[in-house]
Amino acid sequence: MWIYEKKLQYPVRVSKCDPRLAKFLIEQYGGADGELAAALRYLNQRYTIPDKVIGLLTDIGTEEFAHLEMIATMVYKLTKDATPEQLKQAGLAEHYVDHGSALFYHNAAGNPWTATYIQAKGDPIADLYEDIAAEEKARATYEHIINLTDDVDIQDSLKFLREREIVHALRFREAVEMLKEYQTEKKAF
Amino acid sequence: MTTPQVPKEYYRYLHELQAMDFVCLELSLYLDTHPDDQQAIAQFNQFQRRKQVLSQQFEANFGPLKEYGNSPIGHRWTWSVGPWPWQV
Repeated sequence: MWIYEKKLQYPVRVSKCDPRLAKFLIEQYGGADGELAAALRYLNQRYTIPDKVIGLLTDIGTEEFAHLEMIATMVYKLTKDATPEQLKQAGLAEHYVDHGSALFYHNAAGNPWTATYIQAKGDPIADLYEDIAAEEKARATYEHIINLTDDVDIQDSLKFLREREIVHALRFREAVEMLKEYQTEKKAF
Repeated sequence: MTTPQVPKEYYRYLHELQAMDFVCLELSLYLDTHPDDQQAIAQFNQFQRRKQVLSQQFEANFGPLKEYGNSPIGHRWTWSVGPWPWQV
């Protein structure tokens, strides 16, 4: 089961209303390489991965939900005081028509989240290589968003998230090596 | 929907707790791929104790952090009262 904790993993400070930045950030909420996709990908793969790696997929998958909440907090705070006119100017008129000021799982271009973003191949090496790629793509996305804003508070939270992608990718690479060793050992017997 | 007012100490406790939580989370991921690292296990135990103390202090001042009986609730039901994490 999962237990909710009433706090963010890392502080999110937002001092202004900036729906344009929120529109970019939504990529990491409901986009192909976003936090929802990451959480669902890892937590689903773990049932059929070798035992040695289940703990890692569980822990990283759970952390992704904490990141999802951080992104949601940024989007919520950046848009909560925006008028419909400001949302329109930020390119969020279509979002407002369907969702009002609510958040929704779609990417920066407005495409809804889809399970086709993720895969479970039932092959541990194939799955872990997808996970490494997913982390590297998420890192690149965070770098792109950091480049698009001069808001130092948001940059601080985004840099934390970017670093987490780097650490996750490293841990997944180590998991690949663990499985390779395990497979070689098995053949030796 | 409005941002609730929280005392300054709320942020001080919260930030220290977030720091301890982070150490424990990061060491957990590390130990998932390095389960035999005794130094990391010793560090984990050290920070886990500190995290527990800080959680207890935070909850005594600002209410339960965790749901379903994983935090003490005292004599008043404050779980459903804010602030929620995205409101502070």
